[in-house]
Formats: sequence, structure tokens, C-alpha cells
Amino acid sequence: MPNMSLKKNPMPEQAPDVRNKNFEEVALGYTAEMAVDEAKRCLHCKNRPCVAGCPVNVRIPEFIAKVAEGDFAGAYREIALTNSLPAVCGRVCPQENQCEGKCVRGVKGEPVGIGRLERFVADWWMENGSEELTRPASNGHRVAVVGAGPAGLTCAGDLARMGYEVTVFEALQTAGGVLVYGIPQFRLPKEIVAREVGALERLGVEMKPDMVIGKVDSVDELFEQGFEAVFIGSGAGLPNFMNIPGENLLGVYSANEYLTRINLMKAYREGYDTPIARSRRVAVVGGGNVAMDAARCAKRMGAEEVYIVYRRSEVELPARAEEVHHAKEEGILFQLLRNPVQILGDENGRVKAIECVEMELGEPDASGRRRPIEKQGSNFTIDVDTVIMAIGTSPNPLIRSTTTGLEANRKGCLVADERGATTKPGVFAGGDAVTGAATVILAMGAGKTAAQSIDEYIKSK
Amino acid sequence: MYKIVKKRALNDTVTLMEIEAPHIAKKAKAGQFIIFRVDERGERVPLTIADYDREKGTVTIIFQIVGASTKLLNTLGEGDSLLDFVGPLGQPTHVGPEVRRVCVIGGGVGTAIAYPQAKALHAAGLEVDMIAGFRSKEIVILEEEMKAVTDHLYLMTDDGSYGEKGLVTQKLEELIKAGNPYDLVIAIGPVIMMKFVAAATKPYGIRTLVSLNPIMVDGTGMCGGCRVRVGGQTKFACVDGPDFDGHEVDFDELMKRNSFYKEREMADREDPAHICRLTGGKRHA
Repeated sequence: MPNMSLKKNPMPEQAPDVRNKNFEEVALGYTAEMAVDEAKRCLHCKNRPCVAGCPVNVRIPEFIAKVAEGDFAGAYREIALTNSLPAVCGRVCPQENQCEGKCVRGVKGEPVGIGRLERFVADWWMENGSEELTRPASNGHRVAVVGAGPAGLTCAGDLARMGYEVTVFEALQTAGGVLVYGIPQFRLPKEIVAREVGALERLGVEMKPDMVIGKVDSVDELFEQGFEAVFIGSGAGLPNFMNIPGENLLGVYSANEYLTRINLMKAYREGYDTPIARSRRVAVVGGGNVAMDAARCAKRMGAEEVYIVYRRSEVELPARAEEVHHAKEEGILFQLLRNPVQILGDENGRVKAIECVEMELGEPDASGRRRPIEKQGSNFTIDVDTVIMAIGTSPNPLIRSTTTGLEANRKGCLVADERGATTKPGVFAGGDAVTGAATVILAMGAGKTAAQSIDEYIKSK
Repeated sequence: MYKIVKKRALNDTVTLMEIEAPHIAKKAKAGQFIIFRVDERGERVPLTIADYDREKGTVTIIFQIVGASTKLLNTLGEGDSLLDFVGPLGQPTHVGPEVRRVCVIGGGVGTAIAYPQAKALHAAGLEVDMIAGFRSKEIVILEEEMKAVTDHLYLMTDDGSYGEKGLVTQKLEELIKAGNPYDLVIAIGPVIMMKFVAAATKPYGIRTLVSLNPIMVDGTGMCGGCRVRVGGQTKFACVDGPDFDGHEVDFDELMKRNSFYKEREMADREDPAHICRLTGGKRHA
């Protein structure tokens, strides 16, 4: 009998007042009983809209059926057919706009907790699964992947499964891209990313950290070294600043710097050498997931007051509703319809306040969102000692500026068709390097598509 | 892992290391830098490439033991390895074909970076003068090496215990006033020294390159921690530099930004237990 409850089984979580003082994971995951019970809510409907909503087309009804039977290993194998990073996706995908957004159960009541079930299965596998992933027989073809973020890892995993010899070049010391430097431990434990990367290595993917392609070798040189195709998944890691007065004062960080110090370099942990400001009052400028992550990190680092300063209203916040909800629960303060005009410093050049102006919403602009308009003379200041700029990122120009024949648009995004092919033969690209800053799962979908294109390209040569 | 194939103490606080990194040695050019991380808990620290040997596949770094990470690095010996060694990063020094006479100025450990610049320019057939400044005699480094690659070497000490007494800027002004027609001055050393060198050359309109050393994290342009103001615009030193036109740099802002983590750095320096993991000691208070 299906479970006809209109609501998802709730996910156990750390209490807000406890978790905002530690970096442990907020959501604690389903127990086996909760998972089986939730899996029984799936109606196994004929047209499977959930699968179409998933950018990597996970076989959702199939894996959920296995969970309902208590066959968690079987469920994992179903997911692993199409998804290289299930423990990651189950945690950070915006399921409300993807698989769960399409779920029939969501028409009346809440959709099936697909993300929570995927997470449960992936975590169960890490605890109990056998190491049955083995390296497929090599087909003798070599492919280079530039960037070990979600796009590159997915592309590498899919190619390895097809028998390609894949080498991933990563500029930082650890594979994962935004999964290791950006998304904080309390949303995505780094141990989980490391284990997913380990699974790829068992498939035969070679990880080469500390390699800045464009500096140490160019894309053209990778071809000279015998790679037959190159996938560029170098992301959009160049931080934007507002170009307002005071942005170089001491205590002004880009969200990338703040989050990298905390997540990649573990500045929050005792015994690690990378320093970070011990802030008391923090303003985070921006309203996306990165802004929420930075604000929640600042709170956990001991800041007494943390503000989100965003120029539109709550409904336009680009962050996931769940992240905004978590941030509010943890005591983050929202200054909505506010825009910074300058950052003020003391005589030592340290941040002492941020001056903002109130905004109101006018007509919708090209993006379809109502345009924020400044209210003249409404300036006010908030006393802060730290300002974190989380107003977006753009693709780093390093690769396109060192590769002949690779076109980019005026925003610096690589030009690629819907199959991931760039303007240079043999070079494919996907993820934020092509779209500008977007989501983990879209990058994974692009990596998956490009892997298929690379396979076709090499076979047709 | 990147093996240390040679280690030599240049003076009590300055060490030279040659590191095995063939892929970096193959591409490195004068003016570029690397980022190292000693171990899993270490921080990422930038150091200018002092030399490279493309055939041996090695990169030479010269560092001053100033804080926790350089102290930790200095505990390693020949045969040991660093966990991470990334490069070559930043833009190579651009001298320009019109330059015939150069004055290279090194201050303290900056001399170690100024020296390979002088060597490269000398090898390219330019006329090279060099002014090397030190606090006192005991810390003078690379004297013979510098002599070998310069037309004139002027050694200065603050206290007059060796060479001439005085600051590098005094010597530079004296040389300019004496009619030395330098096309280019390259200054590498403490920010305050570079600031005064730039101030000294400005009235004469002599092009002046400085190699900036802001705080860095990734060194690839993804964080902006190294941002500096040059000609009123914000630049990222790790990708746009580290060389900039000394007449355009906001040195005061750079000095302030470099002092941001001073308290933490001092705490690291004064905590003798911080690198002792054999005894189970912690690294930070």
C-alpha cells in the first residue's frame, strides 16, 4: 500500500541555536525506517515527470522502488547509472525546481522527498556498500578535463565508465571546485566530496591537483601531449565587486575569499594555519546561496550580528527558500530593499560601517524581475567591522586568453552549443564556464552531455 | 609531492631551496611566482621564483623566515617534500625593447628576487647597475653572484657595517644626479622601500617597476584577497601583476592591507609549540 500522507517525512536537523555555533551538518538525514516510509509515497506514475526534471535523468521511480523494498544497495546501483555525485546532489540540488518540482504528489500536498532519499541511499552506500566499482577496460583514448568541479567530475566519471583514460587538471590542492571551497561544511561535509572523488579514482580517473591550465600547460599543449579531446569545466570563479568607495578597506572580503579561507583552508578549525577575521558585526551584500553561505559561516565564526543586505525584496531573493529559512532560524538579519553606496573606515583603514540607501521596486527589467530604484536621500549606516561581497562571479579569463580559436561572449562565457562543443574542434565546455554562475546540478548535466559529445567526436574521427 | 633537492642557508633568516617541479621549471619566467603549502594543515603562501633550471626540472625559491609557514618550511631538509607547489603564476616581468640601461634595486630578502632579474637582463645584453640594501653586514646575501651579473654593484647597509652607509634611495638619487641615464628602475623589497624608490624616480620621469607582495590565498584570480589600487583602479596582483608601474601604485593602502592579520601572525610566531606535532603540541594558541 502506498503511503498517502500529504507531507514528506521531515528531516531531522540540529536545533538552530546549537548549529549556528558549529560547522557540523545541519540536516541529519533519514533513518532507514524514515526512508522506506517516504519511498512508499511514490506512486510510480506512468509518465515519470520527475526523471525529466532531473538534469542528469536519475532513474528516480526505479531507485525509489528499491528503497521501498529495503534494497538500498540496489537503489544505489540505479542512481549510479547516471549520477556520479549522488551524496552531493541529494544535499545541494534545488529539488523544488527540478525533480520534486515535477512530482505528481506535489499537485496536492508535498512532493516525494526525492533529494532526501537520494542522499539517504548515497550515505548508506558510503557506510555499507562494497567497493565494487572497478575500472572498466580501457578503450585506449585519452581525454583531459580542466577543472575538478561538478561539471568536470561528472564528465570525467561518465567518460571513465565508457572506457576512456581521463586526467582531471585542478588548479587548487583539492578536487571538488565549489563543492570544496564554496559550499560550507554544514551543508556539504568535505569528507563526502572526498569519498565521491575517491569513487571516481577507482573508476580510473587520474586527478592532478596544483595544475593551473593556461599557466603550466595551455589547452593546445594538452593536445600535443596526446589528449584527443579536452573538456573545460573551469567554472565562474572571478569575484565581482561593486566599485564603490571603501571596497579595499581592511575587513572587506569577496565571498570567494571568505568561503575559501573557511571551507578549503579550514580557517574555522583549530590547528590550521590560514587566518580569518574574527568579526563581531558583519554585512553580507547579495541575496543568493553564496550570500546565505557566507552569512551563516560568519555567524558560526562567532559574529554577534550578521546582516544580509539585498537590493530587492524577499520574493526576489535568488537563494533557495530552504537556505533563507535556515539562515533566518539561525538569527541572520535581513536588510531587504537596501543597497550599499560606500563602506566607511576608521583611521587605521579598518571597516567601521556600511552606508546604504533604501530601494523601491519599479517595473520588471530584462530579467523579468522588478527593477530596484534608489530612494533619494534615504541613506543610513549600519555599524559593521566586516563586509562580504556576494554579488556574483564571472568566468576566469585565463583559459580563453591562452587558447587559440576559443570564442567567448562579451560576459566572458565560453561559447558552446547545446551539445557542449566550443568553437575549437575537440574542445568541449560546460557548467559555469559557459553559463556564468548557475547551479551544481546544471553543471553536472552539462558535464554529462559533453561526455556523450566527446564520445561521439572521438568515435567519429 | 614536491621534493627539496637542495637547501642552503644564505644567512641566519634567509634560506634557499631548490624544488623538483619540472612542469613549472619548463614554463617559468622572471617575475613570476609560485604558491607553496607545506602540509595538510598549512596555509598557501606566495613566493617569487628566484631561479629555475629547465633541464634539471627544478625551481629555486629564497625565503625569509618571518612567520609560522616559513618557519615550518625551514624545518624541512633536502630529500623532504612539500605537499603543494603551484605555478608559474602571475605575469612575467615586461622590460620592453627600448630599454638599454637598467638599475635594479633589492632590499633585504628582496635582493634574492632582484638578483635573477639582474642576471636575466645582463644576459640579454643590457647595461645593469644594482643597488642592494641590507640592515647590516651579517645579513648580506648573494654578493658574489650579484657582482658577476652587474656593471656596477652598490652595496648599502643601514648602519654602515658593510659597503656604503645609507638607504638604497639615497644611492639611487646620487646616481641619477650624477647623470646615469637609466631607462628603467626595477625595485623589489619591503613596500616602504618600493614606495620611496618610486617617489625618487618620479620627478625624473624614469619608468619604475615594482614587484608587489600583497596577501594572497589562491593566486589564480578567484578571491581578490591580493587586490591593490593602481592608477585609481583595483587590480588583482596575482593575475594582473605582481609587477606594476611604481608611479601608479597606492603603497599606503597596500601596507595597511598587508598588516590585516598581524595579530594572528604575531601569535603564531610567539607560540613555540605551534609546529611541534611530535610531542602532540598544538600549532596555534
